[in-house]
Amino acid sequence: MPARPKNRMLLVKLTALAAAMFVFAIFVLPPLYDLFCEITGIGGKTDGAYTAVAVEVDTSRDIEVQFVATNNATMPWDFYPIEERVIVHPGESRAVAFYAHNRTGQDMLGQAIPNVLPNNAADYFHKTECFCFNNQPLAAGESAELDLVFIVDPDLPASVNTVTLSYTMFDITDRTAVQVSQVQ
Amino acid sequence: MAHGPATLADGWGKYISRWVFTTNHKDIGTLYLWFSFAMFIMGGAFAMIIRAELFQPGMQLIKPEFFNQMTTMHGLVMVFGAIMPAFVGLANWLIPMMIGAPDMALPRMNNLSFWILPFAFAILTSTLFMEGGGPNFGWTFYAPLSTTYAPDTVNYFIFGVHIMGASSIMGSINIIATVMNMRAPGMTYMKMPLFVWTWVITAFLLVAVMPVLAGAVTMMLMDINFGTSFFDAAGGGDPVLFQHVFWFFGHPEVYIIILPAFGVVSQIIPTFSRKPLFGYSSMVYATAAIAFLSFVVWAHHMFTVGMPIAGELYFMYATMLIAVPTGVKVFNWITTMYRGSLTFETPMLFSIAFVILFTFGGFTGMMLSIAAADMQYHDTYFVVAHFHYVMVAGAVFSGTAAVYYWLPKWCGKMYNETMGKVQFWIAFIGFNITFMPQHFLGLAGMPRRYADYGLQFADWNMVSSIGAFMYGGAQILFLFNVIRTIGWGKPTDDPQVWEGAEGLEWTLPTPAPYHTFATPPEVK
Repeated sequence: MPARPKNRMLLVKLTALAAAMFVFAIFVLPPLYDLFCEITGIGGKTDGAYTAVAVEVDTSRDIEVQFVATNNATMPWDFYPIEERVIVHPGESRAVAFYAHNRTGQDMLGQAIPNVLPNNAADYFHKTECFCFNNQPLAAGESAELDLVFIVDPDLPASVNTVTLSYTMFDITDRTAVQVSQVQ
Repeated sequence: MAHGPATLADGWGKYISRWVFTTNHKDIGTLYLWFSFAMFIMGGAFAMIIRAELFQPGMQLIKPEFFNQMTTMHGLVMVFGAIMPAFVGLANWLIPMMIGAPDMALPRMNNLSFWILPFAFAILTSTLFMEGGGPNFGWTFYAPLSTTYAPDTVNYFIFGVHIMGASSIMGSINIIATVMNMRAPGMTYMKMPLFVWTWVITAFLLVAVMPVLAGAVTMMLMDINFGTSFFDAAGGGDPVLFQHVFWFFGHPEVYIIILPAFGVVSQIIPTFSRKPLFGYSSMVYATAAIAFLSFVVWAHHMFTVGMPIAGELYFMYATMLIAVPTGVKVFNWITTMYRGSLTFETPMLFSIAFVILFTFGGFTGMMLSIAAADMQYHDTYFVVAHFHYVMVAGAVFSGTAAVYYWLPKWCGKMYNETMGKVQFWIAFIGFNITFMPQHFLGLAGMPRRYADYGLQFADWNMVSSIGAFMYGGAQILFLFNVIRTIGWGKPTDDPQVWEGAEGLEWTLPTPAPYHTFATPPEVK
């Protein structure tokens, strides 16, 4: 083949390679990263809403579940767990609550992001009900009790006796088109 | 034969049009080299501001916000504006002459890939004069510093990165097409000069990872302006993802910077040793091995962000593995010099300094690759010292060596050898005075990217600043020597220029005519 069409061919192929790498970076890497974290449990990401299945409560084990609540950066709310730790048996459903208070004079939207430690416990910590599944709207000066119902899976690795569940509360008032009044 | 290029004698209009519309690989190479030198001076000026502020503890000259902009801009300008375009310039000038091609394969794209670069840097630099200031989040622009907490001008930065990425990709495609399709008859792959080999491997790295960088900044752009949450935990994203994407680009990027430098010294050391390069094919395979490994070690930049122990161990061992092909190269350079009839002209001095100082920087890299030890070294001046040993004493020294080595061929005039040697010694001593103490500062616990420091770090910082001013001065001498050579240097028409030089470019007349190898040479 003469040089000119050969150069064109190579140009097309290499441009396609570059375009493929761009698509890879945006559309493949982030889902791949999430998938990797999900499989390995690294990052302590928990699953979404869990439908309880009938299991036998394992009364031979006592698991301590600790709760941590943190405000992200400029979030001005009071946000803390009402009980800081509870002891549960694996398989037992337990309800706890967090307290949140919007100290400002503005209606705000919060979003709590959960994280579970140790990493190998993340897959065995199920939430049947959680305020973190939705936004948390609080009008100016309003306070609320945020509910959480969870089950620790009986298959929790034997090495784990303490599970820490932490929530970070983010201020998403400016980032969403939904107004507080609409949510309420 | 086509007539020559327009000169100033044809009037300003024609002269300017020649440079703007040129498709000649030599013209475009010259443009790249001058542009990169201008960026080198600008990035150097930013470094001088940083070192002047750090001369003494406390805040003297600039505000901390501006200091952050200076460290960020210094890194961005030096990596993307100075070093990368300098090697693309060398590639434009030399690759066609080395493989016996009349020009680059895609000359008009070549013109475009250069001429969008000044716009990218104009956009990037203009942010310094805008309200809110320029990028201040470090050259690695980690989210959320570069998203949630970034100044509004971050969009200009993103646009600038997109343009320079497009420029690099086009330049690389051009180099790959030239090397694969335009070689003279008989110029087989395993006869290509090593500079051509290292560049074609670099070009493949660039085509593979520059789009990933473009992807990273595009995700930033969407997070900032369009409400996505790639890197924002509040919306289900993860800031650590940014670091993974960035370093998936960033680690190959450091080899993109250093591989052409390997190529340059692999041309220069045999010339002044008057011996062929030792272990040519092992050099080629070592380069390819380094390029491959660069894709699978990225997380060694992130040992402290939280990784399972298996991940830390894997990235640690994989990183250490890179020392093997790199060691092959260093031993080959040394063996090339062994029992050669060495002479120490300026390009050779810079090349030997490259081998010594790059190896030093490689060893500190080995220290950093130890995951357990990295917990202490991470984000200290030890890291700053490490990467300046490989970037400055590596890439910049070899670029300087290349200019001195090929300048007589380009313009038909000899540079001033004494001035070159004086420059070398000021640069060599100044460089070591600048960066050697930063190892001690880092090991003593001084963190990087701060405008101020504790009193216990005062002495070594003052020494480091003095060295930096010395090194900066050497670059002014470099500029003067190059301009003096082009204007008033001693004319030479010896095609060989250097006694021991081998390769097709030295068979051409000196200075190299505007059009070369219109008929391909026979390579035996």
